[in-house]
Amino acid sequence: MLSIRDLAVSFQTRRGAVNAVRGVSFDVATGEVLGIVGESGSGKSVTSYALMRILDAGGAITAGDVSYSGLDLRRASEADMRDIRGREISMIFQNPRAALNPIRKVGHQIEDVLRRHAKATRQDARQKAIAALEAVRITDAEARYDAYPFELSGGMCQRVVIAIALACDPRLLIADEPTTGLDITTQKAVMELVSALIRARGMGAIVITHDLGLAAQYCDRIVVMKDGQIVETGDPEALFARPRHAYTRKLVDATPRAGESIRSLLPAEIRTPDLPHKVHERPILAVRDLTKTYRGKSGPVHAVRGISFEVKEGQSVGLVGESGCGKSTTSEMLVRLLDPTSGEILFDGQDIAGIPAGRFARNPRRGDIQMVFQDATDSLNPRHSARQTIADPLRRLGGMGGAKLAARVDELADLTGLPRTLLDRFPHQLSGGQKARVGIARAIALNPRFLILDEPTAALDVSIQAVVLNLLADLRAALGMSYLFVSHDLHVVRLLCDHVIVMKGGEIVEQGPAEQVMASPAHPYTQELLSAAPKPPARRLVPAP
Amino acid sequence: MSARLTSVLSRIAQAIPVVIGVVVISFVLTRALPGDPAVYFAGAAADEASIAEVREALGLDKPMLRQFIIYVGDLARGDLGQSISSGRPVAEDLASRLPASLELTLSALLLSCAVAVPLGVLAATRPGSPVDHLCRVLVTAGVSLPTFFTGILLIYVFYYLLGIAPSPLGRLDFIYIEPDHVTGFYLIDAALAGDAETFLGALKQLVLPAITLALFTMAPIARMTRAAMLGALSADFVRTARAAGLTNRTVLYGYAFRNALLPVVTTLGMVFSFTLGANVLVEKVFAWPGIGSYAVEALVVSDYAAVQGFVLAMAFLFVLLNLVIDLAYTLIDPRIGFAAK
Repeated sequence: MLSIRDLAVSFQTRRGAVNAVRGVSFDVATGEVLGIVGESGSGKSVTSYALMRILDAGGAITAGDVSYSGLDLRRASEADMRDIRGREISMIFQNPRAALNPIRKVGHQIEDVLRRHAKATRQDARQKAIAALEAVRITDAEARYDAYPFELSGGMCQRVVIAIALACDPRLLIADEPTTGLDITTQKAVMELVSALIRARGMGAIVITHDLGLAAQYCDRIVVMKDGQIVETGDPEALFARPRHAYTRKLVDATPRAGESIRSLLPAEIRTPDLPHKVHERPILAVRDLTKTYRGKSGPVHAVRGISFEVKEGQSVGLVGESGCGKSTTSEMLVRLLDPTSGEILFDGQDIAGIPAGRFARNPRRGDIQMVFQDATDSLNPRHSARQTIADPLRRLGGMGGAKLAARVDELADLTGLPRTLLDRFPHQLSGGQKARVGIARAIALNPRFLILDEPTAALDVSIQAVVLNLLADLRAALGMSYLFVSHDLHVVRLLCDHVIVMKGGEIVEQGPAEQVMASPAHPYTQELLSAAPKPPARRLVPAP
Repeated sequence: MSARLTSVLSRIAQAIPVVIGVVVISFVLTRALPGDPAVYFAGAAADEASIAEVREALGLDKPMLRQFIIYVGDLARGDLGQSISSGRPVAEDLASRLPASLELTLSALLLSCAVAVPLGVLAATRPGSPVDHLCRVLVTAGVSLPTFFTGILLIYVFYYLLGIAPSPLGRLDFIYIEPDHVTGFYLIDAALAGDAETFLGALKQLVLPAITLALFTMAPIARMTRAAMLGALSADFVRTARAAGLTNRTVLYGYAFRNALLPVVTTLGMVFSFTLGANVLVEKVFAWPGIGSYAVEALVVSDYAAVQGFVLAMAFLFVLLNLVIDLAYTLIDPRIGFAAK
């Protein structure tokens, strides 16, 4: 149905032309679901924008052919393309909330598409829009018709985006990272819905994702892209069992799954033996009945409702839950950036909950409790070089200066594997993995005893996530730190943590040793979380050297 | 709907403390001005006794608090006092001069928006194109030329050289009779009276000063429109709309422009308030009997009542303006009405 031959796309930038896609060829047959997998910058999204001809300004197809049912999409007129988009080929996007017009009722947004492609008249548009909402299994579609995107949850917004895409019964659906930014259980629901709708309507589909596991589960065939080129094509089972290309192997390795160790995420050539870390009996942190209540417009909002747990000296504890479960609020209270409503935070036997967050910076404990933030880019000052960023806590809290400071920064760079030559670069000149290293170096600068890791790998590609997780494991062994690892992904948490806490609705629903929770989850919510995660097929066993 | 009404009422209630504050501050500030009005009005040849006499007549010999109570009492009755320089009640002066300023400012802004908003939209859809450059040049020129200079230049060209504009002497040439006072806006009053001739006369007088002001106010509006449109056009939802095959027109106006409106409306409010205060130069050049020149003249001669009246009128106007802008927000953006609930 769709055939792409030697497609090349380049973008005009100030520093000259950048070739984002270089000679890509693939076909999609009717009823086939093709997965395009690759890490950021691989050109997987650009390929789909190019075939829809909705490239951003400065981007252009420089070579190749795109044909859809015998139609030359590269040479079709803009008016013809507009007729094809939405009616023949549709797209759904990542970050569904941003993908909808924030100030237009969702029903009207569906109507816009229906009316545009003459699938509805003024009289029956409303009825057809509601039918489209029902098709994506939105409960109470009639009432949702009048909702604005901000009144709906992320998963609901994605359903609306799907409803818009499928309103005119297109024959090909392109899903561009359809589940990125959604909770893991919502992710599953959205993917099941999309795949059920595709099968029911006999459509062809292209699923673009960075998640090899997800692609393997829902696609008939997978194309792996790297630097604008296809490196490997095959069916999911074969790809996982016998990856031929080194890059595919690296991706397959880096995809976390049950029963693997943290070292197995790394390519076999650079795997080193796992360093053991000692867990003492003495708790470094004890949380007793911690609560946080916000005053909302319609009554109090209980973000955290009386949770208690312990972190032992040298132990790594995972805090897992979906958005809104209170895990971020908890971590902010523990790192003392937010004051709890009630409860105790005993650090080394001393209650630090009573010290106001505003004054904690002057407390001698400040250096002992540090944090690695979620977004490596946003949590770095864009106008500070890596050296300044790492030196900041040393100068302010450690009172260091001069040659001693410079020596310590160099030492930290070595420790976190950041090449010293990069220390004078600014965040925008560093890659995602390098920025993550800077953030970690800053956090461990003062030799903290307790480190809170707030989804430190959420914004990173899987191969970089693998490297960062291993770095954290090495640092733990070398420095004897205790970790609280906050994440939504149980499989990632398991790799690094000894103990797991599962939160839901501000409460702890289950906690216990990591292996035990993963192997035999007691609470239904934990079971749901585990079953919602994509299950990549088994991998060829590569013996560690 | 009732939630919206409550939010409107609460906004109005929020304005009350502001108004009280303005009443107090206007009183104190005018008293703090240098210069003694009694000395000024007693004349050059006055002696101690006659100055004291004038002071007593003006009520300036009473204690401050007492003066303030009298002032508030008068205000409550709608009496803003007597202007010493014009010899007429301040309320009357304001009633004739405020509409003159508003008529000028509003027509200037309308004109300005009519040019600047489409220009900004065009520039945003074609960044780096000739339209974009034209927009930049026009906007820079407009804002960098002082209003009194553009005003005089326009008068020189259109009145002196070409002779197509009327003499720049106020709101209406003397050959016309003022329309009956209904709103104080000559254009509206003349239209209400069905007097086409006076309407045209007033319009002719209005054109040059309005263009002068419009040129000056175009810059922030055009720039904000361009920036907001660029932001909206690169938003994810515009890509969704394009991927759904919607026409350029729908994408541009139905999706991008409505989202870009919020910052534009904010800018518009700001521009309106500074123009109303700052158009004194234009009023002077065109002998426009507006409120700006009135206030400056009153200030120069320490005319307390007139200055206080001006400050109060402006404060009320700004409170009203902010209210209108807030309401415009809730109309444009459903998220704001939700937050107010």
